[in-house]
Amino acid sequence: MESIIAQASSYAADVDRVIMIIFVTVSIWFLIGQFVFFKFIFKYSRKNNPRAGYVTGETPEDTKWIHRAHYSVLVCDVLIIVFSMMTWYHVKQDLPKPESTIRILGQQWAWKFTHPGADNQLDTADDIVTIDELHVKLDTTYHFKLEAKDVLHSFSVPVFRLKQDAIPGRVITGWFKPTKAGEFDIQCAEMCGIGHGIMGARIFIDTATQHAEWIQKNAPSISGITAQLDSNLAK
Amino acid sequence: MTDQAHGHHHEPNFFHKYLWSTDHKMIAMQYLFTGMFMGVVGAFFAYAFRMQLAFPGKEVPLYGLVTANLYNSLVTNHGTMMIFWFAMPVLIAAFGNYLIPLMIGADDMVFPRINRLSYQIFLLSAIVLIASFFVPGGAFGGAWTAYPPLSASANYNLTPWGASLWLIAVALEFVAFLLGGINFIVTLMNARAPGMKMFDIPMVLWTIVIASVLFMASVGPLIAGAIMLLLDQLLQVGFFDPAKGGDPVLWQHLFWFFGHPEVYVVLLPAMGIVAEVMTVFARKKLFGYRTVLYTMIGTGCLSFVVWAHHQFIAGIDPRMSNLFTITTLLISIPVAEMCFVYIATLYRGSIEFSTAMLFALAFLAEFAMGGVTGIFLGSSGDIYFHDTYFVVAHFHYTFVPIAVIAVFAGVYFWFPKMFGRMMNETLGKIHFWGTVVSFNGIFIPLFFLGAAGDHRRIFSYENFPDSALPAYQSLRVVATVFLVAMLLFQLPFFYNFFVSMFKGEKAGKNPWKSNTLEWLADSPPPHGNFVELPKVYRPPYEYSVPGRTSDFWPQHEKA
Repeated sequence: MESIIAQASSYAADVDRVIMIIFVTVSIWFLIGQFVFFKFIFKYSRKNNPRAGYVTGETPEDTKWIHRAHYSVLVCDVLIIVFSMMTWYHVKQDLPKPESTIRILGQQWAWKFTHPGADNQLDTADDIVTIDELHVKLDTTYHFKLEAKDVLHSFSVPVFRLKQDAIPGRVITGWFKPTKAGEFDIQCAEMCGIGHGIMGARIFIDTATQHAEWIQKNAPSISGITAQLDSNLAK
Repeated sequence: MTDQAHGHHHEPNFFHKYLWSTDHKMIAMQYLFTGMFMGVVGAFFAYAFRMQLAFPGKEVPLYGLVTANLYNSLVTNHGTMMIFWFAMPVLIAAFGNYLIPLMIGADDMVFPRINRLSYQIFLLSAIVLIASFFVPGGAFGGAWTAYPPLSASANYNLTPWGASLWLIAVALEFVAFLLGGINFIVTLMNARAPGMKMFDIPMVLWTIVIASVLFMASVGPLIAGAIMLLLDQLLQVGFFDPAKGGDPVLWQHLFWFFGHPEVYVVLLPAMGIVAEVMTVFARKKLFGYRTVLYTMIGTGCLSFVVWAHHQFIAGIDPRMSNLFTITTLLISIPVAEMCFVYIATLYRGSIEFSTAMLFALAFLAEFAMGGVTGIFLGSSGDIYFHDTYFVVAHFHYTFVPIAVIAVFAGVYFWFPKMFGRMMNETLGKIHFWGTVVSFNGIFIPLFFLGAAGDHRRIFSYENFPDSALPAYQSLRVVATVFLVAMLLFQLPFFYNFFVSMFKGEKAGKNPWKSNTLEWLADSPPPHGNFVELPKVYRPPYEYSVPGRTSDFWPQHEKA
């Protein structure tokens, strides 16, 4: 998977491991199945075998082949279930202690991100609100509070292997820890109306210094707010 | 005796024969042709939106410009039509109506008038759906799953008429299939020829009846849901509106509680058709009749407890994902077992590669791909793959083998019975290879695009820099080119179908040397089906029985 799409979160490798385990297991089954299937097709064609045999498939001699196959499917299922549950637990159930928390709001048709600002606290005066741009710091455990304003949206960051629907009326908490610096796509992965196809955003994963610079540059300054108020009053 | 029993089957006039018929064969034809028509419309929609994906913003030949709005409507209605107005009417209603009375040796369905009503409601539902494209605001575009709040409020979906008409059409279609299903179940249970015991019933009839039971048992919650959603749309009641104390996720549960069994509602009849075709052209008894039957019932039961795997990331309690991962992976056992049994049926067979058989074999080969890719999505791989093109490719690898490949196997196989003439085998083989090769050409690229992160229902990837790479765009073009090829390869089929209907070689009663009762009737069977109602002496798949010179042994032959 990594050769197709970058791994940029701490759990991307876990999700990819499940995918690879399944890929190997089902490929073996698929290839064996197709091999036997095509072998039979050629071996038992009308030309090679003009008169068919009579096999009921109900004697123990016949059914043992089917039973062996289906018990081995069961074993593979159990293996996949175990790895799958470990990943479910790690990604969706277990919430590690956050070093920072952001708020994400999906709406027709944009993502609104509230960053905690320099004091690392949400709902304070220095919060930085952006549209369609999320700035996070490398190797930091984030919690996100995901909300939707109007219809369902789905917060999807492919390089994180993270996807979570946003539902109006609920605040869903999840987590991620970015592990690779760079700029990547954020998608809305749930049909949300005419603008669904343009509801893209970008995530900027910065080093600690870059991130601090970004906060400083975008901090809502008192003078800025006053200037804004003045201009509004003037109108 | 015979004359007395069938004295009421006089030849009806044109109106009663073609438009107001209660004859199961005519109703089957009505369903078949309506379903095929809707299938062609659905395929044309796919052509229009795939052209937009390959060549964004360009006029699509024969269609025009696909805007974001139209794109959503086309995708939504492509899915809706292909499942509810193509797969179900053709697989269950057309084959069910045609085959059940003929294969059990009856003269008609038990409730012929309910049968007629079923088709009439179905036709009405199709008209309502098509009408939704011509109303102010256009057709509904909120995906075939119609998740509220988007589907519940015109303020969000901007299709005030389209959304309600879509919902009414779907609800009407369910009513039609409930009526049809009641008829199928009662007929199979009560009208079998003397001597036909439970394990003498041809597998295709079992599959259609099990499918009807699954449908009846699962559709109730969704009909309730549809009425609730309609009330939300029209009267702003707020069942699914959190601001009024409702819950949007409730709809998802109601929808998928039906939606997942629905997959098996269409899968099982397809497996049934394939069983009939394979046994005839391999001259083999079906391997483990009872095993097949029990795995089908087992699959049906399990299919009721896997629905939430569609909602892994939808805000359900994350602990629930574990449970539904277990049930979803367990369902792989009966389904894999069915595939093993079908492959085992070929063992020591004597396979004739007729067009029907090629399609039946292709069903197995292609469906296997759909089956194994489902494992990725039923597990925590779904965190990444959910709502990507990987999902799209996965379910097309299940639904296309089911609704297209198996249906073609059935049409080529029963065409001689339906119309009394043979189809052309050369054209059939051109059609087969063209269809199967281009089908793979469409969806293999989509697996890669899904793995690379492409999400569904996006009219243009220009807004997503990571997906807009030229390499990915060329994969989209490849998929679209193969789609156009696949559509063009249907032309030999339609030519073959309509020309053979009138000009094909005469078929005779039993051209494939098959065992089941429909081949005892004339081709095409007259009103009332049989000159003398048959009796049954043995199970349906007694091919190549040792000690007999003939390699088949019809169910109705006394010794």
